[in-house]
Amino acid sequence: MSKAKEVNDSNFEAEVLKSDKPVLVDFWAPWCGPCKAIAPAIDELAAEYGGQIKITKCNVDENSATPGKYGIKAIPTLLFFKGGDLVDQLRGLVAKNKIDESLKKLL
Amino acid sequence: MNTVDYDLVIIGGGPAGLTAGIYASRARLNVLMLEKLVPGGQIIVTDWIENYPGFPKGLPGADLVEKFIEQAKGFGLKIETGEVVSLDLSGPVKKIALEKTTITARAVVIATGASPKKLGADKEENFLGRGISTCATCDAPFFKDGVVAAVGGGDTAVQESLYLTKFVKKVYLIHRRDQLRAARILQERAFSNNRIEFIWNSVVTGFDGLFNLEKVSVQNVKTGETQQLDVEGCFVWVGIQPNTRLVGNALKLDDAGFIAVNARMETSAPGVFAAGDVRSTPLRQVATAVGDGAIAATSAAHYIESL
Repeated sequence: MSKAKEVNDSNFEAEVLKSDKPVLVDFWAPWCGPCKAIAPAIDELAAEYGGQIKITKCNVDENSATPGKYGIKAIPTLLFFKGGDLVDQLRGLVAKNKIDESLKKLL
Repeated sequence: MNTVDYDLVIIGGGPAGLTAGIYASRARLNVLMLEKLVPGGQIIVTDWIENYPGFPKGLPGADLVEKFIEQAKGFGLKIETGEVVSLDLSGPVKKIALEKTTITARAVVIATGASPKKLGADKEENFLGRGISTCATCDAPFFKDGVVAAVGGGDTAVQESLYLTKFVKKVYLIHRRDQLRAARILQERAFSNNRIEFIWNSVVTGFDGLFNLEKVSVQNVKTGETQQLDVEGCFVWVGIQPNTRLVGNALKLDDAGFIAVNARMETSAPGVFAAGDVRSTPLRQVATAVGDGAIAATSAAHYIESL
């Protein structure tokens, strides 16, 4: 099963902003209970959307520039990018079907 | 007897629902637990639980949830993710409508819990996730060495404010009364913590900021005086409201809207039980929720046998 790919401050531009496919970035940290709680859903979506949408996660504990740039003050935060533009976002603990709805809009 | 999909459906996967699931599956009932997000409930966001017996050093809420789930699955509890759209609790066959399907059961345990109350202050919605938070364990590190506000005076507000002080240089703890409701041990820790500044007899009236939160407006309820505090974050812990939207008028509620039950966790409708934070109870803790869940599942098993 394919899992969400880790992205970081140094490859964010190449992996997310310059991606030829739409991208979901899940901002998370090991200390965050709700982040752990949605992680399985993110991995399942990575498998389901395999070829069509790139599903990634960014550890805010190890990367501060990217979350800073997007003004992230709460996790989990899910940002949705298309053609390098931020087009949608979900904040806090959300159900898998809500994430799925946002992903469908990217296609 | 009419055929049904399940003997028992448990709605909600916090400590009460998971414990009901452990007891019901161990009693070999044909049982399903439905959870709309992920199992765990409010304790997922609790940084440290130190008053649940069996864990003398305490543990993070998320870790305790994992153990509950592991134990429930060990007895074969079936857990599904799905949001209940509506409930028909009136007849002997209970109907639970999900988004795409309707399932039937002989008995239902309602363990839908409670949600944090909002303040109802100006621009509150604008800054949710942009400085306003209810989860200190998730979001405190974003305010490292900063100044934040916290609102409330109960156990949660005081315990989580203490947690915040590990990260921030100052917490304004805003409380509408002139004394705290929190447990004495938490009060003692808060009063001796020099990073917490109390703002008594005060309520938050509004929020402001360009993109993220920058200011909180506070009004003293005794003098009417207002002031603005420069803060990067505001953590809101002003109590909870029961998640009873599904129940509507089908069950008897108490004056505050929590589901009324007897000592067997029986609600006003036969075959319908309630457990945990959603029920009318003098104390809402993990320790009380698991007790409720055990009683509700056992009562449900007796009810099903008697049919």
